[in-house]
Amino acid sequence: MKDIFTIDKKEFSSRLIVGTGKYKNFEETANAVKASGAEIVTVAVRRVNILDKDQPLLMDYLDPKFITYLPNTAGCYSSDDALRTLRLAREMGGWKLVKLEVLGDKKTLYPNMIETIKSTEILVKEGFKVMVYCTDDPIMTKKLEDVGASAIMPLASPIGSGMGIQNKTNIKLIKEQSKTPVIVDAGIGTASDATIAMELGCDGVLINTAIAEAKNPVLMAEAMKLAVIAGRNSFKAGRMKKRDFASASSPQKNLI
Amino acid sequence: MQMNNSNEAKIQLNGDPYQINSGINLIQLLNKLKIQKNKVAIEVNGEIVEKKKYPSLILFKDDKVEIVHFIGGG
Repeated sequence: MKDIFTIDKKEFSSRLIVGTGKYKNFEETANAVKASGAEIVTVAVRRVNILDKDQPLLMDYLDPKFITYLPNTAGCYSSDDALRTLRLAREMGGWKLVKLEVLGDKKTLYPNMIETIKSTEILVKEGFKVMVYCTDDPIMTKKLEDVGASAIMPLASPIGSGMGIQNKTNIKLIKEQSKTPVIVDAGIGTASDATIAMELGCDGVLINTAIAEAKNPVLMAEAMKLAVIAGRNSFKAGRMKKRDFASASSPQKNLI
Repeated sequence: MQMNNSNEAKIQLNGDPYQINSGINLIQLLNKLKIQKNKVAIEVNGEIVEKKKYPSLILFKDDKVEIVHFIGGG
């Protein structure tokens, strides 16, 4: 049976979204994306290097006709900067599905939720479909849903930290109360972290550093793909109940 | 708008001074830079310029031009 993942009425079969930053080169980026099976990749908006225009372009390696580009606002610390970035991204070629992140602190890269909620509200009114990086606070994610976010993307732990899910209870609470898709974004360190996110019932996972900084990024991309599928299937299958004591797996009758 | 006598003007391009022929439009600037318009977005003096307006947007001295594109990011 097909397990379709829908964001803003658009259907995807992979529940893994990958970032395209921190790779050695675009060739490695493209190989890792391919191995991950991801259908959506995040991209950043930056100035063109006027002095060195012969540099290769991301678009030459990952064709936006075949893979969904999700422009992000990484590096933005105010609502104004984030809005400017996403309006430019939209102008580049009609991108309406975007990832909003408004940061509050350089050391932790923790989201500034006041600016984030304000920005989401404005972007939704302008017709954007906004996937929002946010804290793992159920009250904040509820606010984001109320102002029309297309996906709620709570952090597992700080961006690039690889510490995995620090607050499983909150992620579970957020998933249970949300009508919009919940995607764990930031902090996934290894395949088992992605599996846990999916076992908690989340709709998807967004990973960049854990793949890009692995010793073998392409192999880790494949591991993440399988981890997300394993976690999803495990969630849908419904795990057994935990017991305090052992329960023998072989029949106790007719022992020789 | 006053034309520069030497017919040259300095604009701010992506934060750095850049010499152009005064009065060129955005298409001409992109051609000069060898940049394909479908891969970028442009802001002039803080305002995003729609692609269809590139031929009619004329650049003058001290204009602030930002040309952006997509790069790898998380």
